[in-house]
Amino acid sequence: MAEHHGTGGHALQGPARGPGAAQALAVGHPQGAGHHAHSEVGVTGIDNRKLGMWLFLASECMFFGAFIVAYIAYQGKSLSGPTPEELLNIPLTSLSTFVLLMSSLAMVLAVQAAQQDRQADARKWLLATALLGLGFLSFQAYEYTHFIHAGLTLSVNLFGTTFYTLTGLHGLHVTIGVGWLLALFLRSLKVGLGRAQALSLELAGLYWHFVDVVWIVIFTLVYLMSVLG
Amino acid sequence: MAVLEQPRQVGLLRRPTSLTGFWSWVTTVDHKRIGILYFWTAFFFLLVGGIEALVMRLQLAHPDLELVTGDRFNELVTMHGTTMIFLAVMPLSSAFFNYMLPLLIGARDVAFPRLNALSYWLYLFGGILLNVSWLFGGAPNAGWFGYAPLTSSVYNLGRGIDFWIQGLQLLGVSSLISAINFIVTIFNMRAPGMSLMRMPVFVWNQLATSFLLLFSLPAVTVALIMLMFDRYFGANFFNAAKGGDAILWQHLFWVFGHPEVYIIILPAMGIVSEVLPTFSRKPLFGYSAVVFSTALIAFLAFGVWSHHMFTVGQGPVVNTVFALTTMTIAIPTGVKIFNWLATLWGGSIRFTTALLYSLGFLSMFTIGGLSGVMHSAAASNLQQHDTYFVVAHFHYVLIGGALFGLFAGIYYWFPKMFGRMLDERLGKWGFWVMLIGFNVTFFPFHFLGLLGMPRRIYTYPAELGLARWNLVSTIGAFILSVGILIFLVNVWKSLRYGEKAGPDPWDGRTLEWSIPSPPPVYNFRRIPYVHTRDPHWARKYPHLAQAEEPPPAATAADSEAEHGIHLPSPSYMPILLALAITVGAFGGVFRNVPLVALGVVGTIVSVYLWSVEGEGGIVVEPEGDA
Repeated sequence: MAEHHGTGGHALQGPARGPGAAQALAVGHPQGAGHHAHSEVGVTGIDNRKLGMWLFLASECMFFGAFIVAYIAYQGKSLSGPTPEELLNIPLTSLSTFVLLMSSLAMVLAVQAAQQDRQADARKWLLATALLGLGFLSFQAYEYTHFIHAGLTLSVNLFGTTFYTLTGLHGLHVTIGVGWLLALFLRSLKVGLGRAQALSLELAGLYWHFVDVVWIVIFTLVYLMSVLG
Repeated sequence: MAVLEQPRQVGLLRRPTSLTGFWSWVTTVDHKRIGILYFWTAFFFLLVGGIEALVMRLQLAHPDLELVTGDRFNELVTMHGTTMIFLAVMPLSSAFFNYMLPLLIGARDVAFPRLNALSYWLYLFGGILLNVSWLFGGAPNAGWFGYAPLTSSVYNLGRGIDFWIQGLQLLGVSSLISAINFIVTIFNMRAPGMSLMRMPVFVWNQLATSFLLLFSLPAVTVALIMLMFDRYFGANFFNAAKGGDAILWQHLFWVFGHPEVYIIILPAMGIVSEVLPTFSRKPLFGYSAVVFSTALIAFLAFGVWSHHMFTVGQGPVVNTVFALTTMTIAIPTGVKIFNWLATLWGGSIRFTTALLYSLGFLSMFTIGGLSGVMHSAAASNLQQHDTYFVVAHFHYVLIGGALFGLFAGIYYWFPKMFGRMLDERLGKWGFWVMLIGFNVTFFPFHFLGLLGMPRRIYTYPAELGLARWNLVSTIGAFILSVGILIFLVNVWKSLRYGEKAGPDPWDGRTLEWSIPSPPPVYNFRRIPYVHTRDPHWARKYPHLAQAEEPPPAATAADSEAEHGIHLPSPSYMPILLALAITVGAFGGVFRNVPLVALGVVGTIVSVYLWSVEGEGGIVVEPEGDA
C-alpha cells in the first residue's frame, strides 16, 4: 500500500505540469491503458494482480479483526469450564509458531530463487514452505484432538466457541495456502519456476506472509496473554 | 470488425469464441455486456421488491385487514428490504460502475475481466438463492438486519434464515470481488494524462464506494459466519444461555450496515455530479471540494454505526460520541449539496428528464438528510426509534436519493448503452408521477411515526387513529408504481422505435461521449490523451476550456490501432466457478453434506482450471477511421 500511496500522492498534487510529469504519465501508458489485463504494470507502477492481492489482504484484516474483537469481547465471560489457563500449552504452540515462521522464511527464499531464475532452488523452497505449513496444521490437529478429549467443544462455552472459530478460520487459511503452494509446485513441474513465474509465486507469498502475521496476533492474544493474565 | 487472432487452446475446455448469440453472453468478459446484464437483472429485482412493497401497503391500507398473515408479513418486510438493498439498488449502481468506468477513464476494460463476470454470476445466483426460499418452506423473516436472537435456531426453526445467510454470503463475495476489481482499475488503468484529480467525479464516488465495500463487507461476513456456526454447529456467539451477547451481532452488522448506506448513496451522488454540469453547460462547481467531501463521507462512514443502537443502553458517553460523529457527516454532505446548487447557478440549463431526476434527488435527498440529522440527536432518537418516522427517513434517502439519482443515470446514459434515445415526453411524465407518488407514499410516514406507529407491524386497530394516513400512503404507492410503469413503457418504446442516439446526444463533457453509441467492443480506437478535466468538452470547445498541457506527439496506442487491438477472450470459467460456489451454498441451506462437498470440489477444480486457462486474448481490427 505504501508504494501505491506514493504514486497516488503524486497524481493528487493536481494536474501534472511540465514536460517531466507528462512524460512520466506517457511512459506508464502502454501498459497502463492496458490491453492485456494481467501481468501488467499500471499507472501506479504496481502490477494489477499484486495491487489486487494487497487490497484483498486489507479486507482480510477486517475479517480477522472482527473475529479477534469477538474473542476479546468474550474473554473471561464463559459461564463454565474448561478455561484457557487449564488447556493452552505454551511450549508446544511456541514450537508450532516457530514452524510457521520458518515457512515464511522458506517462502522468501523461494521467491528470491525464482526471481533470480534458480529454478531448482525455487522448487525446493516452495515445497519446504508447503511442508512446514502442513507441519503447522498437524500441530493444530493434535491440539484440537487433545482439547476435545479434555472437554472443550465448540458449544461447551464461549471460550470453545471463540477459540475454535478464530483458530479454525486461520487454519482454513493455512490449508488454502498449502493447497495453493502445492498447485504452484505441480504446475512448476510442467512450466518451470523461474523469472516468468516469479510474480505468481510472489502473490502466493504475500498471502502466506499475511496468514503468518495473523497467527502472531492470535498466538499473542489467545495464548501468551491468557497465561500472563 | 474482424477478429485477427484467436487464443491457443489450453486446459480441458475449449475457449469460447463466438461474439454473438446466447453463449456469447454467458461467457462474456466485456465490461459493457456485464453492465447490461447487471442493469436488467437489477431492474427485475427492483420490480420484485416493489411488488412485495405493494402487498404490504395493501395489507396496511385499512385497520385489521387479514390480506396476509403476520408471519407472511414478516417475510415480506425482510425480503423487501434485502431485495431492494442487495439485489436492486446496489447492482443498479454496479451496472453503471461496470459499463461506464472504463469509458470514463479511457480504458479498454477493467483490470480483471473474468473476475468481473464472476461477480455478476455470483450476484445473479445469490439473488435466485434468496428468492427460491419462498418455494422451500418460507422466506427469511427476521428483518433485513436479522437481529439476534430472532435468527437463532431456537426462535427461528425454518430454513428462511439459512437461505438468508448463504444468499448474503454469495452477494458479499460478489461485491468484494467487484470492489477490488474497480479499485485496481481506477488506480492502474487510467488513460495517460488522467491524474486522479482529473477523473470524473462519478469515478471518485465509485472509488469511495469500493473502499467502503472492501472494509465493511468483512464485518457482515463474520457476523453471518458466527450466526451460521450458532445455527449449524451449536456455537454460542449469540446464545444468552451460555453468556453470549445479542449486542455483538448489532455491532458487527452495523459496522457493515452503516457504510452500506453510503455504498448506496455515493454512486447516485456521482451520477448527479455528471448530469448537473452537462445540462448546465458548466464545469462542476468546486471539483476538489466535492472530491474531498466524498472521501470524508467515506471515512466518517466507519465511525457512526452505533447511532443505530442509541436505545440499546450503551450509556451517555458512547451515545454522545456517536451522535457527534453522525452530525459531522452532515457537513461534507452539505458541502456537496451547495456545490451542486452552485453548478446550476448561472448555467444555461436544459430541463431534460435526467436533469429533472437530479433535481428530484437534490430536494428529496435533502429532506431525507434533514430527518437523518434529527435521528442523530440521541435524546430525540429515543422517541423516533423503530417508528415509521425512521421508515420515512430512509425511504427519502433510498428512493428520493439513491433511486432518483440512478434514474437520472438511466436517462443520461441509456443512449450510450443502447444507442437509442428514451422519449423525453414520457420521461417527464414518468418523473412527475414518480415524484408525486413517492411523496404521497412516504411523507405520511413522518406523521405516522410521530403518532407512534411502530415499524414492521402487520396490522393495527382502528382506535389508534392511523387509518387515514395509511390509506393515503397506499394510494401513493400505486401512483409511484404507475410512474415506474411509464418508465418501462418508455424503455420498451425506445428499444423498438427510439431515435438513434449518435455519439454525443447531450453535448457531453466526458470521454464516453467521444465514441459511438453503443461503443465498439474495444471502446476506444485510440486510447485518448487527457490533458484536462472534462476532456471531451475541451476538445470540442478549446476556446472555452484551457488545456493544461499539450498532448505528446505519439503514443503506443496509436500503433496499436494499426496492428489490431488486444482484448481478453470470453471464458466459461466465471459462470462455472459461480455455479460451483452456489451448489455449495445450496447444500449449506439444506445441510446436505454431499452437495456441500460437490460445491467445494467444484470450486477447487474451477479455480485451478481458471488459473491454467489464463487471460487468453483475441486481437481485433478496429473498423472505420478514428
